[in-house]
Amino acid sequence: MAEEKNYKIIQPDNSEENKFLKPENYKREVTAPDGNTFIVDPLNDYFCDAKPQPHAPNTIKVVEKFLNWARSQSIWVLGFGTGCGSIEIYPLMTPRFDAYRFGVQQRPTPRQSNLMIISGYLSVKTLKRAIRSYEQMQSPKFVMALGSCTINGGMYWDSYNTINRLDHYMPVDVYVAGCMPRPEALLAGFMELKKRIREGKGEGANQYAENFDWYKANQKKIIKDWNMPDYNW
Amino acid sequence: MFHWTPDRSAFPTAGPDGKFDFDSHKLVKIWHGPNHPGVTGNMSLELTISGDEVLESKTHVGYLHRGFEKLYERRTWIQCFPTVVRMCVPESDSNEYNLSAGIEELAGIEIPEMAKWLRTLVLEMSRLQALLRIVPAQGGTVGLGLGVQWGVYLRDLILDRFEELTGGRIYHMYMIPGGVRGLLPDGFKERLEENLILVDEFVLSIKRLMLDNAVFKKRTVGIAHIPVEWIDKYGIVGFVARGAGVKKDVRLDYPYLAYDQLDFDPAISTDSDIYARTWIRWNDIITTVDLLRQIMAKMPKKGEFKAPTPNVLHWQVPKGEVYVRSESSRGEYGFYIVSDGSKYPRRINLRGPSYTHAVSLLEKMLVNSNISDIAATMVSLQTCPPEIER
Amino acid sequence: MKEIINNIQEKFKISEVTEQRENQYFISVEKKDTIQLVTYLKDIEKFTNFILLTAVDWIEKGQFQLTYMLNHPSKKLDIGVRTFIERENATMDSAHHLWEHVATFQRELKEMFGIDFPGSPRVDEPFLLEGWDNIPPMRRDFDTKKYSEETYFPRPGRSTNDPAEHMKKKLYPNE
Repeated sequence: MAEEKNYKIIQPDNSEENKFLKPENYKREVTAPDGNTFIVDPLNDYFCDAKPQPHAPNTIKVVEKFLNWARSQSIWVLGFGTGCGSIEIYPLMTPRFDAYRFGVQQRPTPRQSNLMIISGYLSVKTLKRAIRSYEQMQSPKFVMALGSCTINGGMYWDSYNTINRLDHYMPVDVYVAGCMPRPEALLAGFMELKKRIREGKGEGANQYAENFDWYKANQKKIIKDWNMPDYNW
Repeated sequence: MFHWTPDRSAFPTAGPDGKFDFDSHKLVKIWHGPNHPGVTGNMSLELTISGDEVLESKTHVGYLHRGFEKLYERRTWIQCFPTVVRMCVPESDSNEYNLSAGIEELAGIEIPEMAKWLRTLVLEMSRLQALLRIVPAQGGTVGLGLGVQWGVYLRDLILDRFEELTGGRIYHMYMIPGGVRGLLPDGFKERLEENLILVDEFVLSIKRLMLDNAVFKKRTVGIAHIPVEWIDKYGIVGFVARGAGVKKDVRLDYPYLAYDQLDFDPAISTDSDIYARTWIRWNDIITTVDLLRQIMAKMPKKGEFKAPTPNVLHWQVPKGEVYVRSESSRGEYGFYIVSDGSKYPRRINLRGPSYTHAVSLLEKMLVNSNISDIAATMVSLQTCPPEIER
Repeated sequence: MKEIINNIQEKFKISEVTEQRENQYFISVEKKDTIQLVTYLKDIEKFTNFILLTAVDWIEKGQFQLTYMLNHPSKKLDIGVRTFIERENATMDSAHHLWEHVATFQRELKEMFGIDFPGSPRVDEPFLLEGWDNIPPMRRDFDTKKYSEETYFPRPGRSTNDPAEHMKKKLYPNE
C-alpha cells in the first residue's frame, strides 16, 4: 500500500519539555486537497485551553440555598477505581449497604458525574488520568479521598511512585480515614459531604479555578511527561 | 432467525502481504481503561481496531505500582507483613501465607498442627469470598447484573466472619511467621455454617440465572478459546489451565498445610472458552464450600497455635533463597524470597498468575476478537493488575 | 532430581548446587552458558514450565544475580538457574524465543534494574513507570525515602521510631 501521505511530521527540538513527547503528538504540516498547507499541533488544536473561571453564587440567597439542597441530593460518583479502596465500593452499591438510598449512584463517564472518589493511594501514572477525569467533570464537582494514603502517604509514605498529599494536586472536600475505610465510613463520608454542600462549603471547583496556577505547578512537578494540554474540558 | 453481520467492506483492509499498515492513520486506536467500567481493576488496553474487530492489543499496567519490592529493602521481616497483604486486594491471604511459609522454610520452623488447620480454613474462606465476587461478575460483563447483587451480599457475610476472626474485613494480617494470631471465637463454626447454607442456595440459583441462560451461553460459548499447546508456551496456571484440560492445582500437586488430609477434586473441562472457565469457577465454589465443611469437621478442637520464634524485632533470617507457592483463586501464586542473613530481606518477588494472563496471553487472545467480548475475556481470566505491578 | 543434576554437571560447568527442598534445587552457572542450560532444561529434561525471571542486586559485590525458575509439570520438580552478571552496563542474552512470557519479565528488568536484553521484543518501552528520569528504582543505590521526601510534599509532623528501640524503651524503660 504505497499510498502517499498528505502530511509531513515536524521533528521537535531537543529541549527539556519535549523530552517525553510521544510521536503521535508531534506537530504536522498537512496539505489540504486544495493545495494549501497548514500546521496541526495535536496538543493545542484539539482542546480548549481557556482557564477555568470561578462561578459566583446566586445573588438571591433562597435560590442559592435551594440549588445547594438539590446538588446535595444527587451525588453521582465517577466509577474510577484508582486504588485498593475501590473493592469496598462493591458492598456499598449492593443491597447490604445500598448507597442508592442516599441518591448516590455510579456513572461510567466523567461528563455525567459530580463526585470523584479517589479510592486510596495514587501512583504518578494514575494521578495523570485522575486529573484529566477531574477536569472533564462539570462544575460543581467534589472530591472525596479515601484512606490514609491520600492524607499523608499512609503505608507508602516513602515510596518513590505514590503521592503523599492529595490536596496539593486537587481540592479535597471530604477525607475518609482508614486503611481501608469500611462501607459504613463511606456512608458517613457521604453524609458529611451533603452537609457541607448544603452549607455552601462545597466550593472545590472554585478553589481549583482560583488557585489554578499553584495546582498546575504542583502537578507538573511530578508528572514529567506532560503529554496533554494544560486544561482539557 | 435474525442475524446481523456488519458490512465489513467499508473497513480498512489488509495490504497485499496480509498485514495492516499500522502507521497509515486510517485505523482507529482506542483506549480500554483505566477509567472504564468494563476493565478489571485499574489497567488499560491500547486497542487498534478495524470496525469492531481488534487488530492489535497492548496491555498497559503500572497504574497501581507502589514499589513494594523496593520498600521491603527498608523494612524488617515483620514490618513487611502489613504491606504484603496489600499486594493483591481481592484475595489478600495468599500473600501473607506465602511470605510466612517462606520465612519458616528459611529459618527451619515447623508450625503446630492447629495453626496448619487455621491457615487452611482462612485460605479457603478467602478463596470463597473471591469467587463469590468474580463468578457473578462474569454475568455482569454481558449485562446480567443481578447475580452480582446476590454474590457481593454473600461475600459480605464471609467478610463478617473474617472480621470476627481477625479484626479486618479485607486485609487480615492473620498469619505471622510461626503460626497464626489467635484461635477461633466461640460459636464461629455454627455461624460460618449458617452462611455456607446460604451459599449452597446461591450456587443453585446462579446456575438457573446465569449458566443455563440462553443469552449468557450465546455470548460465552466458543469465545476466547485457549488451545492446550499454549499452557506451557504462555505459562498458564490455575483454572485457566484446567479449562483447557490440564489439571493444574498447587493444592494437589504440591500439597501444603493440611490439604493432603482433605478429599477434593477440582473440576476440569476441555472446552477452554469463557463458558468453560465460568463453569469451572462455579464448581470451585462448590468444592470450596465442601472443603470448608471438611476442615471444620476434621480440625482439632484446641491446641498450640504458634511455634516459638526469635524476637521478631531483630530477627535475622538465615541466608538462603526459596520459591514458595500456594493456590489462589486465580492459580499458582508464588513468592521468590532471598535472604542475606540480615534483619532486612534482600529480595521478595511476587509472581502472580496475572503476570502472564493479563499481559502476553491477553494481548494474543484479543487479536481478531470483538470489542464487546473484551470485558468478558478479561473477567474470564480473572486478571488482577496489582499483582502484575506490585 | 539427583539424576538430573548429575546429567547437568556432566554437560555444563556448575559452580554451586543448593538443595532447598527435595524437589527444589538452585544451581549457579556462568553467564555465557545460561541460555544454553535453560534451553537444555526445557528441551531435553522437559522443564517446560517457566515460572519467573528476576534479579537480585548484590551491590557490595558489584553484581546482579539473575534467577530463572523452571518447573517440571509432571515430575513436580523446581530448578532455579542462577547467574551473576556485572553491575556496570549490565547486559544479558535474551530468552524470549523459548517462552512467550519471558519478554514481559525482561521488559520489567530493563526498566527496574537497567539490565539490557538486546533483541527482546518491546524491551525499551516503559512497563510500569511513566516519564521516569532517575536511575532505575530497584537498584539498591536509589534511595526511595529521599526521593519521596524531595518530590511529594511530605505532611509535616510525622515522627518515625525504630521499632526495636521503641519497644525496648516502652517495655524495659529502666534497663
